[in-house]
Amino acid sequence: MTVVHPPSSAVPGLLAGADPPFLSCLAWDAGAPWLLAAAGEAPKPFLGFLDPGRLWLLLLLAIVCAGVVACIGLARSGRPMKVRRMPALDAVDEAVGRATEMGRSVLFVPGLMDMNDIETIAGLTVLGRVSRTVAEYDAQVEVPTARSLVMTAARETVEAAYLAAGRSDSFNPDLIYYVTDEQFGYVAYLTGMMSRQKPAACFYLGKFFAESLILAETGNAIGAIQIAGTAEVSQLPFFVAACDYTLIGEEFFAASAYLSGEPDQLGSLKGQDVGKLFAASILVVGTALVTVGSILGPESAPAKAAAYLVGEILR
Amino acid sequence: MRRTIPLFITTAAGVVLVVAYFVPWMSALGETVSTWFNILAAIAFILGGGNLMKMNLRKISDRVPGWGYSVVTLVAFVVTLAVGLAKVGVNPLPEYPSYAWSGEFNEQGSAFWWIYEYTWKPLTATMFAMLAFYVASAAFRAFRAKNIEATLLLGTAFLILLGRTYAGVWLTSWLPEDSPLRIELLSEFVMETFTTTGTRAIMIGVALGVVATSLRILLGVDRSHLGSGRN
Repeated sequence: MTVVHPPSSAVPGLLAGADPPFLSCLAWDAGAPWLLAAAGEAPKPFLGFLDPGRLWLLLLLAIVCAGVVACIGLARSGRPMKVRRMPALDAVDEAVGRATEMGRSVLFVPGLMDMNDIETIAGLTVLGRVSRTVAEYDAQVEVPTARSLVMTAARETVEAAYLAAGRSDSFNPDLIYYVTDEQFGYVAYLTGMMSRQKPAACFYLGKFFAESLILAETGNAIGAIQIAGTAEVSQLPFFVAACDYTLIGEEFFAASAYLSGEPDQLGSLKGQDVGKLFAASILVVGTALVTVGSILGPESAPAKAAAYLVGEILR
Repeated sequence: MRRTIPLFITTAAGVVLVVAYFVPWMSALGETVSTWFNILAAIAFILGGGNLMKMNLRKISDRVPGWGYSVVTLVAFVVTLAVGLAKVGVNPLPEYPSYAWSGEFNEQGSAFWWIYEYTWKPLTATMFAMLAFYVASAAFRAFRAKNIEATLLLGTAFLILLGRTYAGVWLTSWLPEDSPLRIELLSEFVMETFTTTGTRAIMIGVALGVVATSLRILLGVDRSHLGSGRN
């Protein structure tokens, strides 16, 4: 175990001279006990049940989760949940319909990452909804993947969607296939395939990096209707510039719930709003504290409270 | 059962990972779950390789348009795999001189290293370099001054681009060094104030979205990735 003096991973409010005074030395190593010592005394191992440095995060997470669960409960009890319209998702039917009319396929790209990435999972949940629409329109959806596990999961998702639409005989597992794990190898395949096959609708929903603009520009060049969604902030401008519709950040995570229309899922979206309200409250309180603190001086209570908010609660 | 078991595994693994983040003595269990995922992903790679072979062999056999690309793909795949597995051109480690395969597969000078350095790297660099042209064409479309918003976007983008080059520094070099009107400082101001504000707003939304999506999946409310919950 590494003992750091003063510890780099220590909780600043619990250092020597702070209250309580016995927590003068804290060091952290994954899975190992904490070292606690009174000022001037030898450190003693102490295995706490909870990581003290993450207590505030746990509390914030609990509040948001409670909000989501409460709203799911409200939705189940029959309270109507109104969710604002999302043009990008309303355009799914239009995009698939266009592909059907033109006799071309629908391309769905679930991003570069594996199944341990929440954006990939969010992308696949949308794939389930899109595939269902595709099955109902009797069109074809092609899903080239960059990870083997994503291919397997996508096959299950699309097959279930075809089953749900009553078109299990139309399901073709060969349209969901593995290309390569390599970022630019994957992009080279996709752009070549798009240029040759000219899919009428392209969906890019998942985790994307530098390839986002290459894909979106190629789709634009072939005249496809394009719907993109990612939580990768640095790639959003590229999708906004080159795609017809873009699901920005939280919209991407809300897409599956929105498309399902199920009260449970719409309730969870309302729960997100509780979290947003909470975040906005912290923003307002924090701004007020910093403003008043800067007027009254760094030793004033508002300035100390602002420092605690930034250094402890939001760190 | 086909959806219940995966859902149970998903929930159990997800809960363990979340709890392990907050409870120190469970972190080892969290690492075990991650290791299991890596093992699964490694095994699935065989599945992916098999699928790659199957799909490309079928394209060649059916002579579909562009089947030549499939030949190139298969040859590259098989040669790289064989060269890497057989450790062609790899010298034995000094500790085990009598074991021909004891060296690293990507040792400098080996066939695999050669493929990586002189084939893979240039091809990747080429694809990445093409991004510049895509950026130019996307910028040309996005920055057309069609309305007030687009004009503002164009002006801001021009200011940022100018502020990141020497031309921006030179244009306002006659102003005092700490003048906020100097283009490089204006550019910094826009990046640190407006861009950061927007980015943080999106990130707060993303964080909340991640929590809600994770809850939906862990609680089994959203099962669309396992199939529709209705059937």
